[in-house]
Amino acid sequence: MAQNVFEPWNDPAEKPLIQFKGVTKRFGEFVAIDNQTFDIYEREFFALLGPSGCGKTTMMRMLAGFETPTEGTILLGGQDMAPIPPNKRAINMMFQSYALFPHLSVWENIAFGLRRDNKPKAEIEARVAEMLKLTRLEQFAKRKPHQISGGQRQRVALARCLAKAPKLLLLDEPMGALDAKLRQATQFELMDIQEKTGTTFVIVTHDQEEAMTVASRVAVMDNGRIIQADTPARIYEMPNSVYVADFIGEVTIIPGKVHRRDKGYDVTFAEGQPTLYSEFDAEFDNGQTGYLALRPEKVAISAERPEGRTNAVQGKIIDIAYLGNLSTYHVVLPNGQKIKAQTANTRRLSRRDFTWEDTVWLSWTDTAAVLLKG
Amino acid sequence: MRRISWFNATSLTLGFAFLYLPMIILIIYSFNESKLVTVWAGFSTKWYGTLMSNQAFLDAALVTAKVALASSSIATVLGTMAALVLVRAGRFYGRTLFSGMIYAPLVMPEVITGLSLLLLFIGIGLDRGVFTIILAHTTFTMCFVSVVVSSRLVTFDRSLEEAALDLGCSPFDAFRLVTLPIIAPAVISGWLLAFTLSLDDLVIASFTAGPSSTTLPIKIWSAVRLGVSPEINALSTIMIGIVAAAVIAASLMTKRASLRQQADERAAVRA
Ligand SMILES: Nc1ncnc2c1ncn2[C@@H]1O[C@H](COP(=O)(O)OP(=O)(O)O)[C@@H](O)[C@H]1O
Ligand SMILES: [Mg+2]
Repeated sequence: MAQNVFEPWNDPAEKPLIQFKGVTKRFGEFVAIDNQTFDIYEREFFALLGPSGCGKTTMMRMLAGFETPTEGTILLGGQDMAPIPPNKRAINMMFQSYALFPHLSVWENIAFGLRRDNKPKAEIEARVAEMLKLTRLEQFAKRKPHQISGGQRQRVALARCLAKAPKLLLLDEPMGALDAKLRQATQFELMDIQEKTGTTFVIVTHDQEEAMTVASRVAVMDNGRIIQADTPARIYEMPNSVYVADFIGEVTIIPGKVHRRDKGYDVTFAEGQPTLYSEFDAEFDNGQTGYLALRPEKVAISAERPEGRTNAVQGKIIDIAYLGNLSTYHVVLPNGQKIKAQTANTRRLSRRDFTWEDTVWLSWTDTAAVLLKG
Repeated sequence: MRRISWFNATSLTLGFAFLYLPMIILIIYSFNESKLVTVWAGFSTKWYGTLMSNQAFLDAALVTAKVALASSSIATVLGTMAALVLVRAGRFYGRTLFSGMIYAPLVMPEVITGLSLLLLFIGIGLDRGVFTIILAHTTFTMCFVSVVVSSRLVTFDRSLEEAALDLGCSPFDAFRLVTLPIIAPAVISGWLLAFTLSLDDLVIASFTAGPSSTTLPIKIWSAVRLGVSPEINALSTIMIGIVAAAVIAASLMTKRASLRQQADERAAVRA
């Protein structure tokens, strides 16, 4: 299937919509955003992911114009945004706190931005109706924000910033209060809106799965810095650091001394344990400490030592996390190193092969793990 | 329901009697038939009638109404603006001094406020009249408005204004369409407070009033010095009525706003 991949960041001819150039934001002594330079392209769905307090909201607020960078510049479509006040930017933001107007009805909240543009009445009504339908709020149009539930309020906030169909939409944890079904429906709606209108989204989320589902690129942040910004697949399969590997999904980190061999590295991680081998393109000095990052689903679990695998270790099952479709086995090696292995539950529960305290073999291919510097 | 002990009941009764007995006596005697204030001679509303035909009192009432309306309105605008700046403007150099200075008139003896204003008006050669009373009342009621409005603004969520800006409002529109409607109850109760303060002020008004611009409190004060008449009782009863209505309206408004806020918070917790 030949598909036109959407990767504007790999195309030097493509002009970025948003450019952060050496942007630093300080609150007094505290550095909230630390000298960041990166681009976001038109029609992207750019997800900011990171622990609470790492600067995601601050990033959004600088884009929307509510905070000015202490240093550096932010360009939108090549234009320096510094002198442009928030109400003159073709950007809409959905606030983490929703910021619904308490004295206005749901309908009036959604119509608020449209009315500011002095659009004809019929057009406003049509657009609000469309938004109400999209967010399934038709029967709440006349209610005030305090008369609806948290999830409904979140949808009003979403509808309000979508209504103006801006060039750039900033969504600060837009789906935190929605239940799983509605969240999924809203995610698809967002992607659909993007298909139709070509809007660029910058979205803050706590939910990795959400970031993985909707994002063209995911930026993993820590302490005011973007550690890695890449496609969901690359973030997951090719994390650039232990922090990113650990933040996204489940992972086992095995620290060890590395030595060059063939197309990869040998990793010796403990006395009396076999030397592991990872075919991975990276620059290490012999004897340097490296960290093997191993996704649990890439680790096979078996009763006998598998044939022809370099990477095979023996350990004891200490815990089994049953997730319905999957089970994660926590296996501890004699030296105390824990490794997670995941299997699909193709059989019924009562007929599982392994249980607590069983001694099992774990194995993985030469290319399964990534080798990280820290 | 808890029983109220006899001690509590007594203190309650004594306290309220102390507060309201004089006023109740005044109100009762305003309906006295007799001209003698201390002798009850049957029910009558005739003093209200004579009051209505007393031109001097009607003039004074008109001056008082003008002064109270104008000064409380100006004070509301200025006080709200001061509150906005003091609550919003972050930390600027001398902020504490400014906010202290705006509240100082609250505790300043009225005699001193009145005297200093009098000196100012004489100094700049301003003829004393309705206009000078309005200025004086604006000055001393503004800080009350400011206190009421800033206590509301402290809990006002700035992100609402930011959302308005984000949706394309100019800063003034954001204030007009979002901030003001939300803080309106506080602004209105500030206005009512300023109105009643202006209505019953005697000290500052007597310093700043001219011969042709007597307010009701001044009129009553000077009339009483010649002897209490039932007419004065009637007039005072009317004033008590107006002030009570204003105060009750203000407190109902605050109460309703706080109830609604609580409802909002409960809804938020439930969500
Ligand atoms: N106006 C402010 N004044 C001082 N510190 C702030 C301000 N806004 C944010 N911060 C700090 O900056 C850091 C990043 O905040 P924020 O961007 O809201 O984080 P996130 O949205 O990722 O949880 C936090 O430590 C926060 O305390
Ligand atoms: Mg945040």
